[in-house]
Amino acid sequence: MSTEQQVVRPAGRGALASWVASNSSGNARAVIERGFRVIRNQNWIVIVSGFFEPVFYLLAMGFGLGQLIGDVPGPGGQPISYAAFIAPALLATSAMNGAIYDSTWNVFFKLKFAKLYQGMLATSMGPLDVAVGEIFMALFRGFLYALGFTAVITILGLATSWWALAMIPVALLIALGFAALGMAVTSYFDTFQQMDWINIALLPMFMFSATLFPITVFPEAIQWFVMALPLWHGVELMRQLSVGHFEASTWVHIGYFVAMSLVGIGFTTRRLRALFLR
Amino acid sequence: MPVIEARELTKIYGEVRAVDQISFEVAPGESFGLLGPNGAGKSTTMRMIGGTSLRTSGTLLVNGLDPEVNGPEVRANLGVVPQQDNLDNELRARENLVMYGRYFGLPYSYLRPKAEELLQFAQLTEKAAEKVDNLSGGMKRRLTIARALINEPRVLLLDEPTTGLDPQARHILWDRLFRLKEQGVTLIVTTHFMDEAEQLCDRLIVMDHGRIVAGGSPAELIRQYSTREVLELRFGSERNASLVDQLRDFGRLEVLPDRVLVYTEDGEAALEAVRHRGLVPVTSLVRRSSLEDVFLRLTGRSLID
Ligand SMILES: Nc1ncnc2c1ncn2[C@@H]1O[C@H](COP(=O)(O)OP(=O)(O)O)[C@@H](O)[C@H]1O
Ligand SMILES: [Mg+2]
Repeated sequence: MSTEQQVVRPAGRGALASWVASNSSGNARAVIERGFRVIRNQNWIVIVSGFFEPVFYLLAMGFGLGQLIGDVPGPGGQPISYAAFIAPALLATSAMNGAIYDSTWNVFFKLKFAKLYQGMLATSMGPLDVAVGEIFMALFRGFLYALGFTAVITILGLATSWWALAMIPVALLIALGFAALGMAVTSYFDTFQQMDWINIALLPMFMFSATLFPITVFPEAIQWFVMALPLWHGVELMRQLSVGHFEASTWVHIGYFVAMSLVGIGFTTRRLRALFLR
Repeated sequence: MPVIEARELTKIYGEVRAVDQISFEVAPGESFGLLGPNGAGKSTTMRMIGGTSLRTSGTLLVNGLDPEVNGPEVRANLGVVPQQDNLDNELRARENLVMYGRYFGLPYSYLRPKAEELLQFAQLTEKAAEKVDNLSGGMKRRLTIARALINEPRVLLLDEPTTGLDPQARHILWDRLFRLKEQGVTLIVTTHFMDEAEQLCDRLIVMDHGRIVAGGSPAELIRQYSTREVLELRFGSERNASLVDQLRDFGRLEVLPDRVLVYTEDGEAALEAVRHRGLVPVTSLVRRSSLEDVFLRLTGRSLID
């Protein structure tokens, strides 16, 4: 459609610089400022409830169900308690869920319903500023929850290594990967019904990604499928960090998320105008 | 240099040609109107001017810059009042003004007093700490308009600014807009109220189905497409249509469901002649032609359905 369009390009700017100039005033900070103001105005219950969700899961499944299950083989084959087995997986899952929620439902709502972005984009801000600011806020919320959850795990004695502290930045890396990809995917959606597809994709991923039981329970073909899913890499990486056990696969997991983040950022960047300038 | 220069500007949504090859220019300090019924493409045109909607084809320059290429630069000098209020419901009234200014990159030292000034302008000083949800429709509209002034824009885009305002608030707003115009601000106003267009616009284009059907000053348009006066006759809904044949020779007629309009240079004389012919309307009215008549002439339809 844009083929017949004549665009006047300012002379003397490189392609990248002129792309940035057309999509940004370099003021993503204002979006972040708004985010913090909203948090300040917000009911604390809303914020705290997001923290408790994985904690309740951990208490119910880890300690409740864990009584029946006893110890399970952890990273490197060493037996660990069932609660210690699922705690890092829950952290990875909650990082994923928070990032997906913020980058899909929340973005879609603010775009289509609250018309918040229309307001922002009528100022000198551009879609790149909005995207960067919103992803930052999603990561900040993710950081708070990861901090809280890691503290809970530590207090409950489920983290046995100083490496468990590294779970916090890794939660952010996982969140970045999902948030960047989520925003790009949202650009293809037009109705709330379509948004439901996201949930349809996420639930089985949670169930199958070796979160609540080891991947070895599956036949080999399915194992290969699970190992292609991002959440599995997040879960395994978190689990290894929680006990400080590393192997070659650790680098694969990290690499997976670095690659996913880069692809996601590239993808969202390409879809930026389709998402915000309809 | 014109403030706005549109050439064959087009926006297609799927099958809908929302804006269809329109060309127009707006001079600095002018107040320019887009008049047309719902769905004419007014809002879409406004969004393309702000660079928040990408055009399908054609060229568009705002202060000499393409809003798709230099969006942030173009919008730094624009104030935008969208058709539907899009205030930030998660912020309070004053915060809405201040944060909006932050989006323009303006410092707090400028924004704090400016926000108070604009709250006063919008008569919302008492509501400054109120949540947006608790404001009435009219208050939200006023806050949206005040918000658009936070960056002291040189060009103000107003998409149906007075929809939802009561008559008094409307007149107050018109008065404020006149003052801005006196200060040299260029106003671009869409409306489907002809009185608003006549009040506010130096020049306007009449749009229908995405196309420009006429353009000029309100007086020019009326002179060109209508007569000086209009005689409105109501004979009762059954008789209106049946009497048309007996009225033909008085001038151009428009038959609406509830009345017949007779376009004539001298309404009183025409009324006299109608009476003389033994046709007795239930009520009659002589008035000056308005843009409504222009629109009716151009499209065969009323502006407000
Ligand atoms: N985002 C959109 N997606 C699809 N169609 C649209 C969109 N925005 C406007 N349209 C269509 O474009 C036409 C012009 O709409 P609009 O510019 O809002 O007219 P106006 O402001 O004059 O009432 C209408 O037929 C409308 O349905
Ligand atoms: Mg409109």
